[in-house]
Amino acid sequence: MIKVNHIWKSFNRQTVLKDISVEFEKGIINLIIGQSGSGKTVLLKSIVGLLDIDKGEVKYDDVVYSKLNFKKKKEIRKKIGMLFQGSALFDSSTVEENVIYPLDMFTNMSYEEKRERANFCLNKVNILNANHLYPSEISGGMQKRVAIARAIALNPEYLFCDEPDSGLDPITTLRINNLIKEITEEFNTITIVNTHDMNSVMEFGEKIVFIHMGQKWWEGTNKNILHSENEKLNDFVFANHMAKRLKQIKRI
Amino acid sequence: MKFFYHFGKYVILLSKVFSKPEKSKIYYKQTLKELLNLGVNSIGIVIVISAFTGAVITLQTAYNTENPFYPRYLIGLMARDTIILEFSSTMVGLILAGKIGSNIASEIGTMRITEQIDALEIMGVNSASYLILPKIIASVLFNPLLTMISIAVGVFGGWIAGTITGVVSSEDYIYGIQFAFIPFYVTYALIKTVFYAFVITSVSSYYGYFVRGGALEVGRSSTKAVVYSSILILLCDVILTQLLLS
Repeated sequence: MIKVNHIWKSFNRQTVLKDISVEFEKGIINLIIGQSGSGKTVLLKSIVGLLDIDKGEVKYDDVVYSKLNFKKKKEIRKKIGMLFQGSALFDSSTVEENVIYPLDMFTNMSYEEKRERANFCLNKVNILNANHLYPSEISGGMQKRVAIARAIALNPEYLFCDEPDSGLDPITTLRINNLIKEITEEFNTITIVNTHDMNSVMEFGEKIVFIHMGQKWWEGTNKNILHSENEKLNDFVFANHMAKRLKQIKRI
Repeated sequence: MKFFYHFGKYVILLSKVFSKPEKSKIYYKQTLKELLNLGVNSIGIVIVISAFTGAVITLQTAYNTENPFYPRYLIGLMARDTIILEFSSTMVGLILAGKIGSNIASEIGTMRITEQIDALEIMGVNSASYLILPKIIASVLFNPLLTMISIAVGVFGGWIAGTITGVVSSEDYIYGIQFAFIPFYVTYALIKTVFYAFVITSVSSYYGYFVRGGALEVGRSSTKAVVYSSILILLCDVILTQLLLS
């Protein structure tokens, strides 16, 4: 379990996260939702340790991760897989080299074993015959899938996804979301996904945390989001006319 | 105040760069890549610039020493000393600051804004060391070789220009470049080159590593990398000259 206790984060004099506490569970997709600029990415980056928090603590199981030094953090980071908003694949490496990279760095596998593992991960995300292409030669959806393959190469215990559906069409978004769900269930990972895509929220939100203006405003599941009376949450989730009508129908 | 802020940040970055590598085999491979990228790929520009500058130095020396009291071999001697003492180390250093410096700052800067550095950090890789150390090692090892090439090509360019234009005979020029030769001058040039290589790679990496924003900021950091590397090279030149030749 990942436990976030009363964390605060500021940039210069602007407070971006205000006293957020939340627990993320294993084997399900934990969603962090909120408008652009609400602090979702800062929260995710604070949890993974890419940003140092000002106050509070982040615990990975029983370890207070946020207070560890760089060397000890590295040990936990080897168990983390992360999918970035822009995929963050290494431009100068091929698809296969990207997936092999963490294996190269942290295992003593032979070249053949590494290739086998990379191909297994690429097959898992349905990337076929693209091993020798460079990231610039494949589509955005494929880049995300390669990034997922790289993230799962070392069998992570924790999977973080920062807006995995940004810039993708609805079908590709669904495919990526299904893939994340499959991996979460198969590897029994603690998966935390940042999103503002409502389809993802309704389809996969087994646990949802709603962030607004740097604060946690609501916590629940996709089932009880429809019945929530939280005004800010409703404004966000049912922003368009069609969604508002849907909520009314559901109520009736 | 800003100077101390940047200097402190630079020192902290260097302490991360020089920490123990995760897997030396990977760093070795990276260093070979950088030797090719930063070193071998710079040979062409160094040869072209050194040949022409050697020629110009010879011609200008000849026109400025048109005096029957000056022996003609002085042209070769002056061309040699100018090339060894200043041109092949400092001028080539400044040229490499432009070529390598902007290359490093924009490469690392682009990796920063596209979250590739964050991806490395999340994997548990010391990104500063992984990205910067091989570049420093490659440049520190290869730039002295570039300086040697520059010296040889510069002196040769001077000989070609001098003999073709007839301002100095081949015998006088060759006698001049051998006359009163002080081998320590070459050592002095190579010591300077090693310092310049470190300055170029570390300062440019610093500007690339801490870039924030988008393409515009990467461009700006690349310009800053070249400007500050050049200024520091000139500052190093003054200090090292005072220390080594006084």
